[in-house]
Formats: sequence, C-alpha cells, structure tokens
Amino acid sequence: MQDAKNLKEYRKEMQESLDNTFLRQTLDTFAVAYRAGRAKAFAEIDVGGLVAEIAAAKDGVLPRLMELYDQFRRNAEAAGVKVHFARDADEANAIIAGIAQETGSKKIVKSKSMTAEETLLNHTLEDHGLEVTETDLGEWIIQLRHEGPSHMVMPAIHLSRYQIGDLFSDVTGAHQEPDIEKLVKVARRELRSKFAEADMGVTGANFAIAETGTIGLVTNEGNARLVTTLPRVHVALLGIDKLVPSLTDALRILKVLPRNATGQHITSYVTWITGANECAAASDRKKEIHFVILDNGRLEMARDPLFSQVFRCVRCGACANVCPVYRLVGGHKMGHIYIGAIGLILTYFFHGPDKAKNLVQNCINCEACKDICAGGIDLPRLIKQIHVRIQDQQGHPLPSLLLGQVMKNRKLFHTLLRTAKWAQRPVAGDDGFMRHLPMMFFKDHDFKALPAVADQPFRDRFPGLQQETAQRQGPVPRVKAALFSGCVQDFVYPEQMEAAYRLFADHRVAMSFPMAQSCCGLPLQMMGEAKTSREVAIQNIRAFERENVDYVVTLCASCASHLKHNYPVLLGDDPGMQAKARAFAAKVIDFSSFAHDVLGLKAADFAGDGKAATFHAPCHLCRGLGVHDAPRALLRDAGLDYREADESEVCCGFGGTFSAKFPELSAELLRKKLDHVEATGAGLLLTDCPGCIMQLRGGLKKRGSDIVVQHTAEALAARKKTTL
Amino acid sequence: MTETVTTRYDHLATRFAEKARAVSAIVEPVADLDAAFAYCVDLCGRQGACRITVSGCDESLSPPADSLCDHKHDKIVAAPGLAPDQFAALAARCTDQGMACLRSGMRAHLAGVDIGFTLAEMGIAETGTLVINCPDEDLRLATMLSEYHVCVLRRSTIVEDAFAAEGQLLKYMRKTPDYTAFITGASRTADIERVLALGVHGPLELHILLLED
Repeated sequence: MQDAKNLKEYRKEMQESLDNTFLRQTLDTFAVAYRAGRAKAFAEIDVGGLVAEIAAAKDGVLPRLMELYDQFRRNAEAAGVKVHFARDADEANAIIAGIAQETGSKKIVKSKSMTAEETLLNHTLEDHGLEVTETDLGEWIIQLRHEGPSHMVMPAIHLSRYQIGDLFSDVTGAHQEPDIEKLVKVARRELRSKFAEADMGVTGANFAIAETGTIGLVTNEGNARLVTTLPRVHVALLGIDKLVPSLTDALRILKVLPRNATGQHITSYVTWITGANECAAASDRKKEIHFVILDNGRLEMARDPLFSQVFRCVRCGACANVCPVYRLVGGHKMGHIYIGAIGLILTYFFHGPDKAKNLVQNCINCEACKDICAGGIDLPRLIKQIHVRIQDQQGHPLPSLLLGQVMKNRKLFHTLLRTAKWAQRPVAGDDGFMRHLPMMFFKDHDFKALPAVADQPFRDRFPGLQQETAQRQGPVPRVKAALFSGCVQDFVYPEQMEAAYRLFADHRVAMSFPMAQSCCGLPLQMMGEAKTSREVAIQNIRAFERENVDYVVTLCASCASHLKHNYPVLLGDDPGMQAKARAFAAKVIDFSSFAHDVLGLKAADFAGDGKAATFHAPCHLCRGLGVHDAPRALLRDAGLDYREADESEVCCGFGGTFSAKFPELSAELLRKKLDHVEATGAGLLLTDCPGCIMQLRGGLKKRGSDIVVQHTAEALAARKKTTL
Repeated sequence: MTETVTTRYDHLATRFAEKARAVSAIVEPVADLDAAFAYCVDLCGRQGACRITVSGCDESLSPPADSLCDHKHDKIVAAPGLAPDQFAALAARCTDQGMACLRSGMRAHLAGVDIGFTLAEMGIAETGTLVINCPDEDLRLATMLSEYHVCVLRRSTIVEDAFAAEGQLLKYMRKTPDYTAFITGASRTADIERVLALGVHGPLELHILLLED
C-alpha cells in the first residue's frame, strides 16, 4: 500500500525496508535462484519467439475486445453461468456482495486473486457481515496479518517462519514451532474446516476463453479446486484483459506463465471450468456460478495507443523478480497492490495518480523487466511516460523544469559545465537545479566520491588530436565515423574519448566531432521532461545530419541506447523528423561493437600484460543494445586475464538522475556490485559507460580499494601495439 | 503395432515419466488394471501410508480444525470414476485388507481419505501432466481430498504437449457443464520462505501407474 505523501516520506519508508535484514537476504537469494530456475525451465524453448507470439495474439484481441466479451458471455450463459460486467471496483464488490446476499451465503472461501486485491473485495464483504477466508497459504497469512501482498505470486515472501509460527500460535491458540513442514500441515487442517463450512467460493481467473465460455485457473496448492468444488456458489472475478479468443491462446500463455513466474514447467494444477457443474451441496445439484468481468480502467488502457500493450501482461510477476530496486525494498514499497514494474503502471490506471506519483520515480531504467517480460511490454518506457503524464497534470517540480530550460540551450548548458570547473562545489541547497545538472553535485552522495570537471573538455581537445594524427592515418580511411561524446565524457572524462580516438586512428578511421552536439536527452527523459527531451533530440540529429559518415560512435552505452531506440520513437509523429531520426539511429553504434565487429580488432593488434581484469556490463549495453560478447572478447584479445564477476549484468545503481533521487538505493546496489567485483581478485574493472564509471570509481575510492576503473577504450588503447 | 509407432510411444512415455518424476511424482509401470488395484491396496497397507489420522492432525490445532480430524475412523480408498466391474475388483481387494472402498458420497469424508484412485484421460509428455475430465463431483473430490492420489495412465494416451491435446480438450469443454483438470505432481507451496512443501491442500503424493496397452 502506498500512503507516502511525497518523495521524502517515500524515501523514509524505503529506508525501513533497507534496514530489514531478513527481507534483504530473502530477496537476494530469490533473485539469484530465480534466474537459474527460469533459464532451466526455458532451456528447450525459443523464448523470444514465444513472447512475440503472445504479444501479437494479445494485441490482436484489442480491436475486437467487446465482440469477444459478447462471445464469452453467450457461451458461458448457455452453459448456465451468470455473467456480470463491472465498470469499477465498487461496482464489482457490490455485485459480489449482492450475490452473497441473494444466495444466503454467510461464509466465503477465496483462492488467490490479484483482481480481488485490486478491488479490496474482502473489505466490502466483511462490511456486509460475511466471514471471508483466504485459502492460498500466502494469502491467508497476509490476511491474518492485515497486510497486502508483497509479490504477485508469492504474497508472503517478506515473512519468516518465525513470524508465521507466532501468527499460527495466535490463530490456533496452541504453540507452533517455526518448522515450515509442520506449519504447512497446520494450515492444511485449519483451512480444510473452512472449506467444509463455506457457502460461497471466490476465485480469480487466468484465462477467459471466448470460444467456449471457459475460465482457466493456474495454481499450485490445490485450494482453487476446493474453492470451486465444495461451496454451492462460485464467483470468479476477472479483469477484461483475461479474455482470449481460443484455447490455443490460453495454452500459449500457459506455456510461458509458470516458467516465467517461478521457473516451473507447469503448476501442479490447471483447472478448466465450463458452465454450472455438478454440486451435491446445491438444492438442484447444480452449482450457481457467476463471472464478474471487471473494467476499472482497463478499457481506457485498451484504447490508448501506447498503454494498450499492458493488456499483454499475464501477471507472472517476473518484472519484480529481476528488478534490482524490488530486490532492495520489497513489494510493499515497490507497488501499491500490484507489484514491480507492471505494478507501477497498473497503480496509475487502477488506483490513480496520487498512489502512483512517487512509485513511478523509483525506476532505475535498467531494462531488466523489459528483458524478462512474458508479453514483451516496454515497461521502463511506460513508467517514464506515466511520470510525464503525472507531471503534466500536477505540475513539474522546479528542478526538473530548470533542467529542461538549461538543457535545451546547449550554449548555456556547456557554459555552466565550464563554470563548474571553477566552482567544483555544490551550487545550491535542497532543490537547487545544479544538483540535477550533470549528476555530479549531490547531497546524500557520501557513498561515493564525486569527480571533478576536467580542465579541458574533449571538444577543445579534438582539433589538436586531428592535427596530430592527420599525417599518420594514411590517405584512404577504412571507415568514416562521427563521435558522439555525451556530456559526461565531453566534460568530465575527456581522456576516455581521447583513448578511443587514438585507438580508432590507428585503424584508419576518419573521425569528425560535430560541435553543435549536446546532451543526448536521457536525463530529461528520466525526469519526465518529454517536451525538452524531443527538442534536444532534434538538435542532435541536426548537428550530425551534414556529416557524411558510416557510423555515429559513442562510448556511453546509455547515450547509444537512447539515440538508437528512443529517438525514432520520440520523433515518430513528427513528419519532418521521423525519417531523419531513423536514419540517424541506424548509424549509432557503441564503442565495443564498433571496435570488435566493425574494425575487427584482434589479439595481434595488442601487446597484453596479463593483468587480471573484470567487466561490468552497463544495463543499456547488455539489455538496451543486446551487446554481450564484444567487450569481453576485446578484453581477452587485448591480453588481459579476464575474470567474469557474479551478476555482471545487474545494474551498478547509477541510473542517472535515479542516484540523485534515491541515494540510499543507489548506494546499496553499488555495494553489491563492488562486492562481486572484489571477489574476482581483478585489479582492473572495465566498463562501457561513463555513468557507471563515475559510480564504480566513486564507490571504490570510498572503500579505499586500489582497483582501477577504466573505460574499455582506455584499457585497449593502453595495450595497442602501434603507437600514435 | 508397427515398430515406429512403438518407438514413438516409448519416447513419449519415457519423456512423460522423466518430467513427472522431476516434480516428485512416483511413476511405476503396471501390466494391467488388476496390477494397479494391487498397487493401490499395497500402498494403503504399507507402514505409514494409510494412517487413521490424516496429515496435520498430529499438530496442535484449533478446536474446529481438530474436531474435523475426529471424523475419520477407517482406512479409506475412494475410486468414484471406475466402471462397476472395475470397482468391484478393487473393492474386493480392499475388503480383504480391512479397508473401506468408496464409489460415491465423498462429501461425507471432507476430513480426508487415504487414497484417491482414478483413471486419467490423457497424459502430456512435455510437462508430465495428467488430464482428468471430472465433471462428476465425487471424482473431482477424490483427487482433492485424498492424502495420496493414485492415477492410472494408459501409455497410448500420452501426447507430446498441451497443443496436441487441444482437440480432445475442446470436446470436453463443449460438452457442458465441464470441469477438466491438469494435474502435475503433488499439491505444493513455497509460500513460506520459498521452501518447497508438498501437500498443502491436495494430495501429499501423486503415484502414476503407466498401463501397458
């Protein structure tokens, strides 16, 4: 549940989670075990193909959603089911309370339903004097504790056996040992008596199949089977997004859902119910069945050109399983009722902007969720877009506005950066915009040392480099490339650009550096400043459009991913710019791919020293651009003793402006990352993103470590055979 | 049966057994139904398998949960899905061993029965899944309320994956009302500290008897 009024309160709540050692340990173990389990479950399957099929099938449903609903309703009704449509949560709850009243039901058993959590159904039923018992073990536990779920699939993952032992001691009035096997058996017996007495059973549904009027339930414990069999009345509450045209569609989702959720090939039980089945407890031996189909913001979502992809969500919870922020703070802080990346989005549509406004800022944009999503939903982008909508509705905070104003004026921005060289101190207080500028000067940043602005930015060094190398490059260049530096490498780490320049020059790359280039605009995107983000994109495309080059090379993975994937989207509806944006994006390439794949650098080009080295894979390199092998191959070829670190593709905690908004979380992610790095025993840590370098270097310096952090370009340039 | 067909059956049965065992099901071959009945009665007779108290009743419980435990007095095998002659054969074996054998009236045994004995319609090799068509309430309850579930699966009914079962599933779903179950392994939970525990609401063990046919 999200009750924090502002970001400050929200941060305080998260600190409580960070201090919860049990939670932290549980989620750490889970994150690592989940990755291995999932990989095993998908071993024989083309995941990408399956996800694409699910996405296409779900998207195909949207234009004929109401038609499918009618078909589903007709088939279900023909088989003896009563079908209701509820516009919102209150209406759904009132319908279900009404059914309980009409059927004289007093006691209700429920199996797990996120949709019923969404409508807060239990509250309404209890207000009507009904006894409601959750029968899924995890749901029962949190019901007894008066809590919401902390994970969509494992609702009580935040609790220990000791807490549950104490809880069950209270419930049974008898002492219970903290023995999981025994506690499960106690729940089995306690709940069996609830099943025996219940008049009405309430479930959700994973599928509603239009061609037959069937619902499908995917469960492990077997409680849903008892809930749908023993009581004389059955009510299933399901979102309209659960409609699928055919059994084929349901089976396709079933193939991915358990594998992505828990690494199971299939759950213990999948139950297909069509029509009013036999029920010996009913007077006519026929069960009374009601399907309540819920809108609650879903139809608005289905009509939205961008957000309609949310319909592809199968509620597997995988986006939480891989989220580095969820792993730190748990579901109660990473969602309102729905958890994880999809939770941040659904909260906005189902529960409104006030519940979502803090949550949507808590995305580090590492794209781990997008990478794992069973429906191929572009979750980070949707989260950012909600942030934009909320800011447009509720007003932009001052720092964000100022950032926008500064960034869209390149000369002003660059002058400020040059001035910062003389200041080298935080300029403003609590909300001063300088803190948000190049992400260098922040309060609460004592977990890492901050870099100083360089004496001479790369743009000022470039003409000299050109002169120095002109004669030695030979008359005919192999490749023509324009360099995109990004602000950090231009003004803070120009030596990284210089290293790449010298390496490329050796391999006869003709290079240019358009001086009108500016920040890529990703920080603006992260701050929810959509309008200025577009303006900056246009400036950059214009700056490069007269360059007659084969490639636009950048050493910053985040810039590369933003230029390549976001520019065409940002300008997709601008008739004058869309083609230019696509042409520009097509030329963009990251440093390692350019050096390895285009230039074909190999072992013979280097004189290695066998130094032990490890690599941190920037989020926007490994997931954003899908580059995994190139940098590692280059390091091996350069003659380094390459050692792969654990979780090398997990975020370092930088996340641009994220580390300014949530320094506590950023520091924790960094701590984990550096522990893994140190465990390799490498003296050299390499990566392909200046933001990551800033984070990693700062953290290691703070630790007093002598591990050297460099851009891959620097490590390669230092070991190249020819000297220029 | 041609050689290729035999090979294909072998391949599917092997894969089915491997996948079912991976989720803790016990898979045994049986030559005929009579051997399956013998297995069932033997399982119930074995030390510890059939006990007068059902699982959980040894723990400290609240008075209502504890009183439900008092309802069970016999060793019980429930086999509601059998044809009359099949049931008679199983019941005779049960009576010999002093066990009750039920064909209906499962609601009188909500506290639990020792063994639910059923026949599956199909098996799905990809996941080691049993398909049981159970619009009959007693049959459904036998698979839910039993401590152990013993299910006979004809080897010839095993298909490669769920999509290969689709035509048959649609036939069930179109003959309304219908209740069809996919059952894979025993009832399980990992809701406490993600530690796997079997038998939370349904059977603690699933025994699959692969019938040669």
